[in-house]
Order: sequence, then structure tokens, then C-alpha cells
Amino acid sequence: MTLQRKDLLGLEHLDAKEIETILNTVPPFKSLFTRSIKKVPTLRGKTVVNLFYEPSTRTRTSFEIASKRLSADVVNISVASSSVVKGESLIDTGKTLEAMKADIIIIRHGLAGAPAVLARNLHASIINAGDGFHEHPSQGLLDLYTIREKKKRLKGLKVLLVGDILHSRVAKSNIWGLTKLGAEVRVSGPPTLIPSRITDLGVKVFYNLDEALKDVDVVNILRIQLERQQENLFPSVHEYIELYQVTANRLRAAKPDVMIMHPGPMNRGIEISSEVADGPNAVIYEQVTNGIAVRMAILYLLSGKKKAI
Amino acid sequence: MKILIKGGKVVDPAAKFEGVTDVLVADGRIAEVKANIKDPDALVIDARGKIVVPGLIDIHTHLREPGHEEEETIASGTKAAAHGGVTSIFCMPNTHPPLDNAPAVEFVLLKAQKEGHVNVFPIGCITKNSAGEELAEIGVLKKAGVIAVSDDGSPVMNSQVMRRALQYTKMFNLPVISHCEDKNLTKGGAMNDGHTSMVLGLRGIPKQAEEIMVSRDIMLAELTGGHLHIAHVSTAGSVELIRQAKARKTNVTAETCPHYFSLTDEEVKNYGTNTKMNPPLRSAEDIEAIKIGLADGTIDCICTDHAPHTEEEKNKEYDLAPFGIIGLETMLGITITELIEKKVLTWAQAVEKLAVNPARIFGLAGRGTLKPGSIADITIIDPEREYSFSEKDFVSKSKNSPFIGRKLKGFPETTIVGGRIAWPLKE
Amino acid sequence: MEKYTEKKIVMSKDEISQAIKRLAREIADKNEGGKDLAIVGVQTRGVFIAKRIIDELKNAGGYKGGEIPLGVIDITLYRDDVSSMETPPQVKETDIPFDLTGKKIVLVDDVLYTGRSIRAALDELMDFGRPENIQLAVLVDRGLRELPIEPNFTGKKMDTSKRELISVELEEVDGADRVVLMGEE
Repeated sequence: MTLQRKDLLGLEHLDAKEIETILNTVPPFKSLFTRSIKKVPTLRGKTVVNLFYEPSTRTRTSFEIASKRLSADVVNISVASSSVVKGESLIDTGKTLEAMKADIIIIRHGLAGAPAVLARNLHASIINAGDGFHEHPSQGLLDLYTIREKKKRLKGLKVLLVGDILHSRVAKSNIWGLTKLGAEVRVSGPPTLIPSRITDLGVKVFYNLDEALKDVDVVNILRIQLERQQENLFPSVHEYIELYQVTANRLRAAKPDVMIMHPGPMNRGIEISSEVADGPNAVIYEQVTNGIAVRMAILYLLSGKKKAI
Repeated sequence: MKILIKGGKVVDPAAKFEGVTDVLVADGRIAEVKANIKDPDALVIDARGKIVVPGLIDIHTHLREPGHEEEETIASGTKAAAHGGVTSIFCMPNTHPPLDNAPAVEFVLLKAQKEGHVNVFPIGCITKNSAGEELAEIGVLKKAGVIAVSDDGSPVMNSQVMRRALQYTKMFNLPVISHCEDKNLTKGGAMNDGHTSMVLGLRGIPKQAEEIMVSRDIMLAELTGGHLHIAHVSTAGSVELIRQAKARKTNVTAETCPHYFSLTDEEVKNYGTNTKMNPPLRSAEDIEAIKIGLADGTIDCICTDHAPHTEEEKNKEYDLAPFGIIGLETMLGITITELIEKKVLTWAQAVEKLAVNPARIFGLAGRGTLKPGSIADITIIDPEREYSFSEKDFVSKSKNSPFIGRKLKGFPETTIVGGRIAWPLKE
Repeated sequence: MEKYTEKKIVMSKDEISQAIKRLAREIADKNEGGKDLAIVGVQTRGVFIAKRIIDELKNAGGYKGGEIPLGVIDITLYRDDVSSMETPPQVKETDIPFDLTGKKIVLVDDVLYTGRSIRAALDELMDFGRPENIQLAVLVDRGLRELPIEPNFTGKKMDTSKRELISVELEEVDGADRVVLMGEE
């Protein structure tokens, strides 16, 4: 049960076996959380750097706690307060961190492919914490783990992703992971927010949310970025709510035990009603807990002897 | 100096000749083309088993001097051309400062004379600073020595300005080379809009962005009667529009580049920036259509759009890397491997795309042929030699090529420019 | 990777059974018959040996305590050599379903060799609480210690060399009970 890779850049190139390896590695880490000493010495002395070019509280905190529970030393770099603002290139920043002997670099960046640039230029292990519209693999994995833990399976499960699929790296990673493990994936949103080629990945497109919700087992609700309204991608927030807000009423079309997920942070009252967010079907905070365990599993699996670039 | 090329297979479609024979060069001109020439004073080149063609003419390159000499200079770019078997190159005016004034054009010509390894023909700007607003002093530029005008790098977005350019250039017989791109549709785009751009999370450049402007420019050419030349054709739709325009006898010509008939957008899979250029790599269907367009004469010329960039500039996030790849040294190899070997074009047809049509369309008298009396620009090719280039094999200052490591067949062994040997270099 | 072949069977099914019975008796004797006792088995085969010891403790005479709690620990996350391995090993379950504090813990493993696994197990147990004491029971002690760790209860002691391997096979996992000495081909 091993992951023969230096980096985790996305789920596109992982096969089902590798994804299952990661998911199967999670339980021992999750079981740590109920102990009074939630820490193991496995990554003691390792240096983990959180290199965040985009602001993020939850993902960065999650990686930080995961690293610390493995006894690693964590350094947080957020762009606004660093030499990057002085015009330092991504590669130079990466090489500087490598000269400081960082073992693992977790990078979140606004441009697709930025983690790949680091991965091919540095010896350190690179974890993609979100790159532009490309992928967010640790979120995809924690979503998969949450579904599998609660529903006991992924194969044949009907999973719906709602919202701005076009700009969502969370959606892409979810789609790769879910289809590789045999789930039936649907996406719903306005045509302007769904890539025309998304059906190449084996998903079904529904512009009508009520149709999309019929008989569904899991709904993963994506955040709508209100700035997209300025780009004429949807006419108004009011209209978006009319057509795509997930409400308790709408959810009656889904299975009675439908599971509601959201990567956070939520725009309550916009893509998700408060009733649904706080309701019994929502597992949003469990996603957060699982997120730490999944990230610990990822850090553990990438911590072996460094392989050549 | 006299040179005697013995026993090569001469392919000279402009002279309607193809056969094994000897070629004698004297005083910079082709003196004789016939069998068994004897001349004891001449330097003999044994061309048995080789193909002898009129020197290749690359009508679309970027030499970066003045302004970005770290990427390429007139000296290094022409040396790369010689290495690639190219005897004449056209250089685009998007230098810094741009070639929208006579002194800048004269600078390029003087530098080329002093340091160039092959012939250099400058292209002038259509509009001042290529800003697309006011016509450049095209008459002055013609007098200074430009052989065409282009704002390449940018389209002329304003249709009225493009119309005036096509009208005005008629009196100088200058082709207007159009970079067809609707900038509103391509904003933020980094690669072809399709499956791969979706998977990689990169904003796409739709084919329609090129085709809309090809269509517009053809209509303006028909409105004005000016000579429109479409640069770097990359899509099936563009080929069809040009084909129909030619059927209507519109004064339009077109060029394409080796990467558009050999690489698809799937090459981008690892965010390698040597796959990034504008227009971008397209799909397999477009490659097919371009090959058909070359075979049936819709596309007249093959050129490189040689666009050097340094390692520092290219080694970046895909969105931030500049567009462009080099091409002078691989043009012939890709053309032979992908078109001649695959029976898309015959040798004669390939020579038309690489030499005959460029000379004819742009009025280069005495070039594009090996008829006695013409200028002795000659390329001698080993058609069987197989090779591949690593980064250090490129003579260009920049190494941004997607063809590094690719197996090629057909090597330009000897390049003769104006009767003197430009490649191999005299050490 | 060297290839090993079986050289000799050093403990038969009967010998294993006798050894485990003896270990259970010694543990009971040393621990007031089992008062405040808990057994923790080290994954993987230490767990099955621990279960057998608990069964013996209950069936043998002289046993006074009630249910003896069983814990299982996986020491992978506490090892000192994870980052020098090519690929990190699979982590199995760790479950200590009782409070360690005030208890006498008998740690059970199949083979004691360098002592590093036991060192990791001790660190891990300490993170769960403060036992009254920790004792060590092993089925086979093959010598060649690299740390100052000694078992309190030993099934069989033997001298081996670094180029040999001791393989403990148990019915629950491997289909039959035997301990085999393996050497290089």
C-alpha cells in the first residue's frame, strides 16, 4: 500500500488504486483526534512550508494543524507580506525555500500549473493546495473520504456538484476522484458557468437544478463568487438564488438521506439556505475534521526518501 | 569564388526542372545548370544522394534587434537561419523601437549587411507603433526598403483602419500581412479552447477568434482590392475561408508554420511553456485541414514565426510566460518528416512553399529558382539523414522549441547565400 | 533485497503452545494473579499472541482478576526510520479502549531484535497516559540489541546473526504455527 510519487499536484493522473491507498491511510490519523495527546512524532524534524499566494484561512490552517500533529515544523508564507511582492519569481521563491531545506512545500496559487513549475524544479515534495481553475486535490480527497465514510461506498452513488463549475478547482478534483471510483456525477449551473467540454469527463449536465436533484445521494454545493456577475456570467445574485439556491424544499426531490456538502466558506442565503446549512443532512463541519486527517495521510505518504526530480 | 555542386538531385519547380545534374556558381549567381560540368577553379561540393534546391525563404521571423538582444540578434538569428538551410528571412517590425520609421529600417538593413549570415528583408509596421490607430508612413518605409507591412503580434482591430491600410498599400504593391485575432475573444487566453484547456484549468483561445478576423480581412481585401496575406494560419475554418476567397479570385495569400501541421494542443499537458504560442496549437482536425490546404494550394507558404525567448522568460507559470517558439533550425526537418515523407507534398511542392511562392508573392526578383542568372542562394539537403536536436544543438540564442528531442529526417547540410557558403561555418 | 530461504524450524506448533502457556503463568505469578493488569499487543502478530496469553490467563489456575483488557498498538507512526524508507509503510489500527493510568501493562510482541520497535511502542503508550509499570513479553528473543531494552518474559531465547531472519508464523494470519530461521540463499 504505497504512493510512489514525489508530489501531489492533482487527481487527474492518479489511478483508482492510488486514490484508495490515500483514503485507506486516513483512519489511523482520524483516530488520533479523540486522544488527549493528538500528536505523533512521525514527521519530527521535517520542515513544511505553506506558500500561499492567495488568501485562505481554512485550507492553510488545516494543513498547518495536520503538519503539527505529525510533529513537523511549519512555516507560513502569505504573499502580501513577503519578498514576492518585490517581484521575486515563483521559481526563485521555491529555490530559496529549498536552500533552507524545506521538505514539503504546500502551495496555493492563482494560476493553473504553478505547483507543476515547482515540482519540476525542486527536490522538495510539492502539494497543490489549489492552483487557479485547475485542481484542489486535498479537498477532492477529503470530500471523497467524507462520502465514503458516511455512505460506505462510492460506486454507483449519485453525486451532484452545484454552482460555478467553470472556475472551480474543487469541482474538477471531485469529478476526477468520483468518476475514477465509479460514482455517477452530475453538475448543475447556468451554461455560462459550466465548461462546454465537461461531458468529456463522464459527467451529466443539468441546467435545471430540480431535475438535477432527482434521486441524488450527495449534493456538493460550490461557492459562487459574486465578482463573476461583473463578467456577465450571471445577471444578478437575486436571479442566481431563484434558480440555483439549494433549499430544504428543493431537496425533497433527492433521496431522503441525501448528504449535503460545501467546501466553505459559505455564502449563507446565496448558494445554500441557512436551513440546509444547519440541517441534519449537512456534513460541512465533518468535512473540516476529515480535512485534517486526510492532509495528515497525504503528508505521511509523501514523506518517504526523496526521489529524483 | 566559384562553387561546383556535383551530382545532386536538383528540384527547381519555378524552372520546371527536377533531375540529377550539376550546378556551377560564379560571382554570386547561378552560372550553369547541366550535367558533367568541369571547372578546375571551382570548389567542388559532392552532392551525390543529396537534394539541391533554391535557398529557402522564411517570410516570418522575429529577430529581436533592436531592443531585446538577449533573446536574439540579427547576427545570431541569421546564423540560426543558415544552420536551418534558410538563405533569406523576413523580420517582423515588433522590435523596440518598432520598424515604423526609416532610420529603424535602415539600422536593420545595415546591421544585416555587416553581421548577417543570410539575406534579411525587413517588414514595416502597418500603423504607428503597431497601435492599430494611425497608418505608419508606409511610402517612406517602402523607400527605406521594407517588402511588406504588418502589425504582427497584434491584429488591426479597427476595421476602418485595416481598410485604409489595404487601400493605401495598393500603390506600393506592398502586401499587408495580417495577424488575425479578435482580442476581445482571446483576452486572458493561454492555449486553444478545448478539452485540454478545460482539464488544465487554463482560459482558452477559441478558433473563432482567428476565423472571425480572417473573414473580416478577406471582405476588406475584396472591398479595396489590396493584397492581403494571412499570417500563421492555424485552423480548419481559416483554411476553408481562404479557399473560398481564392475561388472568388480575391487577392489573398496565406502562410502556415510547421507546428500547425505537427503538434496538437494535447502537447500542453504538463504546462511546458515551449508549447505556448499565438495562435496556439490546435486539434488533430485542424492539422489535417492545414495539410490538405497546403496540398491543394490554398496555403502558399511555409514559414516559422521564429520567436525567441530566454529561459528566464519562459520558465514560469503558463499564464505568465510569453507566447512564442523558435523555428528556423527545425522548419526543414519538420516539413520533410511530416509532409514529404508522409506523401502530403512532393519535393517540388515543398520547394514551392518554402522558396518559390515566397519569392513570387513578395517580389524577390532572382530568387526562388536555380535558373542560370538567378542569385546563388542554394540549400543542399541530405534527405535520408535522421537526427534530433538537444537544447545545446540550437545555434539561436534562445532554445524555446517544442521539438527538442523529436526525431527528424532530412538535414540541411550546406547553405549557400549569394554564392558564398553560409553553413557550415568557416572555423 | 537479499533472498532468504528456510534453514530450520526453531519452534514447532507444540513448542509455541507450551511457550505461551509458560509466559501466561509467569505473568500471573509476577503480577498478583492479574490484578490491575492489561495486555497490549504490537501489530501485527504481537496482537494474536497477546490474545492467546489472555485466554491462557483466564483458563489457567490461580487467576483472580476479572476481564483482562486488551489493547492493540501500531508503532509505525513512532518509528525512527520512516523518512529514510522509500515508501512509508501501511499504518494499522491502534486501539487502547481503557485508561492506562495506574495499570500494569504487559506489552507483547512476537520477536525482540534491535529493540527499536519496543522503544517506539513505549513512547506511544506514554502518550496515552501514565501506567504503573510496563513489562515486556516476547515469544522469541533473537539477540543483537541496539538499545538497552530487555524482556521480562521470554518464550525462547536464541543467538542469531544479522544475516539471518526469524519468521514467526501464526495460524490466525499464516495458516499454521511455527517459527522459522531463514538465511541468505
